[in-house]
Amino acid sequence: MPAAPLHAESVDPRARTVLDSSAIGRIIDRIAHEIIERAGDEHLPELTLLGIPTRGGPLADRLAQRIAVFTEGGTGLVPVGTVDITLYRDDLRSRGVRPLSATRIPDGGIDGRHVVLVDDVLYSGRTVRAALDALREVGRPRVVQLAVLIDRGHRELPIRADYVGKNLPTSAREQVRVRLTEIDGTDEVVVR
Amino acid sequence: MKQHLLSAADLDLGDATLILDTAAQIDAALAGREVKKLPTLRGRTVVNLFFEDSTRTRISFELAAKRLSADVINFAAKGSSVSKGESLKDTALTLEAMGADAIVCRHSASGAPHRLAEWVQGSVINAGDGTHEHPTQALLDAYTIRRRLGRLDGVRVTIVGDVLHSRVARSNVLLLDTLGAQITLVAPPTLLPVGIGSWPVEVSYDLDAVLVKADVVMMLRVQQERMNASYFPSAREYSRRYGLDARRMAVLPEDAIVMHPGPMNRGMEIAAEVADSVRSTIVEQVSNGLSVRMAVLYLLLGGDSK
Repeated sequence: MPAAPLHAESVDPRARTVLDSSAIGRIIDRIAHEIIERAGDEHLPELTLLGIPTRGGPLADRLAQRIAVFTEGGTGLVPVGTVDITLYRDDLRSRGVRPLSATRIPDGGIDGRHVVLVDDVLYSGRTVRAALDALREVGRPRVVQLAVLIDRGHRELPIRADYVGKNLPTSAREQVRVRLTEIDGTDEVVVR
Repeated sequence: MKQHLLSAADLDLGDATLILDTAAQIDAALAGREVKKLPTLRGRTVVNLFFEDSTRTRISFELAAKRLSADVINFAAKGSSVSKGESLKDTALTLEAMGADAIVCRHSASGAPHRLAEWVQGSVINAGDGTHEHPTQALLDAYTIRRRLGRLDGVRVTIVGDVLHSRVARSNVLLLDTLGAQITLVAPPTLLPVGIGSWPVEVSYDLDAVLVKADVVMMLRVQQERMNASYFPSAREYSRRYGLDARRMAVLPEDAIVMHPGPMNRGMEIAAEVADSVRSTIVEQVSNGLSVRMAVLYLLLGGDSK
């Protein structure tokens, strides 16, 4: 019998799973509640979620779905979109061009909206800075907040998240990999 | 992606698809925006080096570069040191010394951009060289077909007219073949190049027979400036046999589209009522050209400069 092929990462002795599927589910639920609470009845109808590709997209979808459940559909469906930041990056020269991802701004735009940017990992803060630049060209939201699944520290810019799934102190040499069912076929966060 | 874009043959399926996908994403990102500007190429310099007249290509490249925040220098041979006898090489080296990151070159001599690419460090983009190639036109045509019909693989494209002198036809044949389209050329025998047998195309002299099974009809301009021999007896006869009028348009399959790279000779290769019909993508091609050229500039210039 040939041995089942082992995934290269699963034999990496340094790899450890910091969040599994149910933990990610609980975090999404908590952040959804927090977003509802912070927006309040007054601003809940103005809520718009924008995911930063690649994995911010599915996270924003999940948050919108949970918010709809927790508010018993009272506010209708939360508009969800994506905003690709590749063309706004400041490291294109040093790291080369990369394929673009989709930008989908929900109908009605973002003017006057209560926008929550959603990303998987907050690290240097440069992605968020680029996203803020991109938003400025799209419209003028009333408020912009940031929700991330993992905050791993090492900020290079004065940027912080409003909603954090898990604070994960890491060394700069470590890699944090977020996997989501929609893209990777499984839900987990691995550090190695 | 390679450093230069000189020929549609330089693009393999992956490169061509990447350019079309990038153009589509740029389109989506800018749709409905008041400020159609991206900071991507800030600090880069693009030189439009045009030795031949052009309206849409030059403006399109200029606008594409400006939308990506690059600095643009327009250079027309008229009114420059070229009229004092400065050579292409010296002109190019001068522009490079001024810090050009990309040179967009149009020249009446086939192969001029290829020579240029050997002399300069930056990227060279062929914006039409003689009767040779015009790769960004082929890319915008492919992009237009994909947007209208949803696919390129297996699409039946008929290219009609002066294939002999047409850089648009040459680049389109190369690119559309890479992308999986089936190409038929229709032209008077005098306006087909020698060696057409080795092209990946079918050839026909009967437009009516071909039109009934065409998804795309691409009309080529009759290039008066290159009609220095008797390629056909009269304009009227050409128009009757190879022109696209309302009667011919009626036999096209239901969702077929009519394309023309411009500038048109209305009443010659294409009737005004065809050019202005809903099947016509002529205006769309111009706006698609902008997105495609932005994609090309981003992919060639966005990354590390050598």
